[in-house]
Amino acid sequence: MGSNAYISLKDVVFSRSGRRIFDGITLDIPRGKITAIMGPSGTGKTTLLRLIGGQLRPDSGSVQVDGHEVPRLKRKDLYALREKMGMLFQSGALFTDLSVFENVAFPLRVHTKLPEDMIHDIVLMKLEAVGLRGARHLMPSELSGGMTRRVALARSIALDPELIMYDEPFAGQDPIAMGVLVKLIRDLNSSMGLTSVLVSHDVPESLSICHYACIISDGQIIGEGTPEELKAHPSDQVQQFLQGQPDGPVPFHYPADDAGKDFGLGGGA
Amino acid sequence: MAQRTIEIIVGLFMVAGLAALLVLALQVSGLSPKAAESTYTLYANFNDTGGLTPRGKVSMAGVTVGTIESISLDKETFQARVEMSIHSEVDNIPADSSAVIRTSGLLGEQYIDISIGGDMESLQAGDTFYSTQSAMNLERLISNFASGK
Amino acid sequence: MLDRIASMGRLGLDVVASLGRSGRFLAGVLSGVPRPVTGFPLLIKQIYTVGVLSLAIVVVSGLFIGMVLGLQGYTILSDYGSEAAIGQMIALTLVRELGPVVTALLFAGRAGSALTAEIGLMKATEQLSSMEMMGVDPLRRVIAPRLWAGFIAMPILAVIFSVVGIWGGMLVGVEWLGVFEGSFWGNMQSSVDFLDDVMNGFIKSVVFGFVCAWIAVFQGYDCVPTSAGISSATTKTVVYSSLAVLGLDFVLTAVMFGDF
Repeated sequence: MGSNAYISLKDVVFSRSGRRIFDGITLDIPRGKITAIMGPSGTGKTTLLRLIGGQLRPDSGSVQVDGHEVPRLKRKDLYALREKMGMLFQSGALFTDLSVFENVAFPLRVHTKLPEDMIHDIVLMKLEAVGLRGARHLMPSELSGGMTRRVALARSIALDPELIMYDEPFAGQDPIAMGVLVKLIRDLNSSMGLTSVLVSHDVPESLSICHYACIISDGQIIGEGTPEELKAHPSDQVQQFLQGQPDGPVPFHYPADDAGKDFGLGGGA
Repeated sequence: MAQRTIEIIVGLFMVAGLAALLVLALQVSGLSPKAAESTYTLYANFNDTGGLTPRGKVSMAGVTVGTIESISLDKETFQARVEMSIHSEVDNIPADSSAVIRTSGLLGEQYIDISIGGDMESLQAGDTFYSTQSAMNLERLISNFASGK
Repeated sequence: MLDRIASMGRLGLDVVASLGRSGRFLAGVLSGVPRPVTGFPLLIKQIYTVGVLSLAIVVVSGLFIGMVLGLQGYTILSDYGSEAAIGQMIALTLVRELGPVVTALLFAGRAGSALTAEIGLMKATEQLSSMEMMGVDPLRRVIAPRLWAGFIAMPILAVIFSVVGIWGGMLVGVEWLGVFEGSFWGNMQSSVDFLDDVMNGFIKSVVFGFVCAWIAVFQGYDCVPTSAGISSATTKTVVYSSLAVLGLDFVLTAVMFGDF
């Protein structure tokens, strides 16, 4: 991929409160494609997005976004770079004191000096894109989970970013909402030429829309490639994750003492 | 609520704060608008100033005519030297008037009362009172009374 | 035993570290010059929530404290036949001490805890993070207006508290207990000095407002983003603010009035 990579991570090491979360991750995310980053819960997939967004700094290694070395950027340049990024948070993270309309208008009002009628038009276009033009007067507390995410999506594309990061977009959604989100992510990518990074543990949905995927476990990348390549991947660990087998290289049981001892049956009893 | 309403309410809030400060200044601390009133300085030497403090009042016949500026010790006579500023319009204090330290009420604060003399000449700026009467010391008074002196 | 010493040391380091964090946090908040066009409406809104909405409790408390001072003062002073000094006593107590201190305590309980909870909740629901990812600095957008609002609202509230308190004291002293109104005001005016008393009290309330707002927004910003974390941060705001206000009050009083 090389020059075609929009984001490239090299030997990224990151640890938090003594626990090593990433142990030398190297990953290239291609421009204009949807890349899925999958892995079991608690492997730091969200942390990876925060490293890309510059909210966290790696202990060592390099994080490059569009040619900029993110951890070394000055505050001002970092904020300028972030204007080109959109991020959809797991909870949506809408501003609870603003209406749907104002939430979507927020980045426009802060970063542009557009006149009010243009902001109005842009916001309605973005809301139309996610199918919620009619909900513009609602407050975030009146929205369902799926609608919240769609509004948040409209907000993160308000400034027409080059990169959009989805943090667990499918988690806790009903099948219809999930279908809507899958469609939106695919449409946005193809119509706007966005580079999309998708963090998820919903295997079928992710594999159905991504062009490229990688699986992270225990701070390492255990498998990467196109969805077809992954499905044919020789590693047991990859297969266990993709097929959702309860037991395998990742054991069903959390490491514990011998069961007999815990139940008081061990030894001579 | 509309931004405009909030702006107006906050504006009123700040006006109320200013008004309250004004009340504290004028009504409570008695700061008069003509604060920069012109004054002239007089001095008086006392053997004992008791609890006299700077900013205390100077009065004649119960009317405040000035304030005490400072109290210091005269190292030659070992007396207290009190500097007071007197309102300029009171420019005819007879030269033989005396400055007396009095207490308002039994336990109130102490102030200087000017008891009027009969001289035709009056004190000029920078003059010192010829005769003074020091603070009444309640303890000394009681012990004098008790020991029958 | 060794464990206990180690844990005490760790606690001490935690305290120092959180002091350091709060200092850096403050520098981050203050370093950004608020943009006048976008910043001003936010500030107004915060002055409204922090100041105007605290007005009711401040006025009611001021009234009652003034009335109690009037009653207590009268009982004590009438023993010495100097009830007239009641005005002076009420005014000095309120302007120098109770005005700034009680207002700050009320402020910490009413506005400070609300600020902490609000910011903590914004953190827990990733609103602050998402703002950062939108290229908007939450320190400037969310924290700075709240800090400035506390700083501005607090002295105003304290001054209003003092005035209402004095009025309450007059109500009891003059209207009810029959102290002569002229001597009530006269005594007050001759003993209260504008610079030494009123302005020093005002400076106190400015300091308290700044400290209370700082503690409140920092605790919110620094909290563990869970419901338990937010509730403990809210408690900390009230406790730390109260302690800071009382401690600082002693220091400021010693500096301002210590020379006699």
